[in-house]
Amino acid sequence: MEHVLGFVALACGLIIGLGAIGACIGIGLMGGKYIEAASRQPELMNELQTKMFLLAGLIDAAFLIGVGIAMMFAFANPFILK
Amino acid sequence: MAIAHEAAANAPSAGEYVVHHLTQLNTTGHAQASIVDFSVINLDTVFFSVAMGALGIFLMLRIARRATSGVPGRAQAALEILIEMVANQANSIIHSKESRRFVAPLALTVFVWVFLMNSMDFLPVDLLPWFWQWLTGNPHAFLRVVPTADLNGTLGMSISVLLLCIWYNIKIKGLGGWMHELFTAPFGNHPLLYLPNFLMQMIEFLAKTVSHGMRLFGNMYAGELLFMLIALMGAAYGTSLGLTGPVLWIGHVVAGTAWAIFHILIVLLQAFIFMMLALVYIGQAHESH
Repeated sequence: MEHVLGFVALACGLIIGLGAIGACIGIGLMGGKYIEAASRQPELMNELQTKMFLLAGLIDAAFLIGVGIAMMFAFANPFILK
Repeated sequence: MAIAHEAAANAPSAGEYVVHHLTQLNTTGHAQASIVDFSVINLDTVFFSVAMGALGIFLMLRIARRATSGVPGRAQAALEILIEMVANQANSIIHSKESRRFVAPLALTVFVWVFLMNSMDFLPVDLLPWFWQWLTGNPHAFLRVVPTADLNGTLGMSISVLLLCIWYNIKIKGLGGWMHELFTAPFGNHPLLYLPNFLMQMIEFLAKTVSHGMRLFGNMYAGELLFMLIALMGAAYGTSLGLTGPVLWIGHVVAGTAWAIFHILIVLLQAFIFMMLALVYIGQAHESH
């Protein structure tokens, strides 16, 4: 762990940071649409909430895959020169 | 804490602790050397996934055996709510009653099984590894208890869903019909489009399968890693000077509680998403373009 290359550290930061931008903007847009829809048709609120959580999981998917890979680089880096 | 025990010997650094906890118990006895190696089997993933499957079957069987058609008890009511939820989802996504006879129980299996496997993440990080180290007498034994935090576990399930999609494609459209669709959808039936259509279909199958498996893996791996980092925060008690240790220890209890509560949502959500996507992908095999 003490010999992790500096570029790998930067890479981990970029993976997580850039992924977070996309995920957060996506969730924000979708959440806004949900609230708007709930205000237009309150009777659909519960049904739409289920779908909203499903979509939240899908939107977060690529970001969390990136987090998993970045964590792997941080702790079990396959690229370290021995 | 493992670090306190090994303080007499050289205590592992934070990185070593995490790397040790991320190493699978496999047939080679050490961490896997290359990224893809089919000769290595992760024994801990196999054991815990089978154990969770058996637990799920045992629990549901026990409740079902005592089911009454009168006023249900709490367990029966809970199981009925679960089955009704899965049945509603299956009914709305799979439009063939004959397929539903197999796919709806499959969806229930996937949901309960993935939920139980994900829930292994709620156990304290060191608990089962300590027990395993005591059992085998090897203080450096590896054990990872969450089968869905292993890419092999999740990709295994998503590849099985892919195989089921192919099976239903052939069963419903016929081999010739499915071949025709592979070369003519989605862009159209024209000889120049055969290759783009086929490439697009292959990419679609690959992307769906890989994202299906890796989504669950990423969520569970990141969750497990965060629990390990929180455990490291607590372990600082013995090795930090002055007030840092106790403050970090209190911080790790707070952080651990908050993350565990949030993780309950993630565990349920990811199991639900995995089940829904399995249903959606199998349902897509029923549609024709």
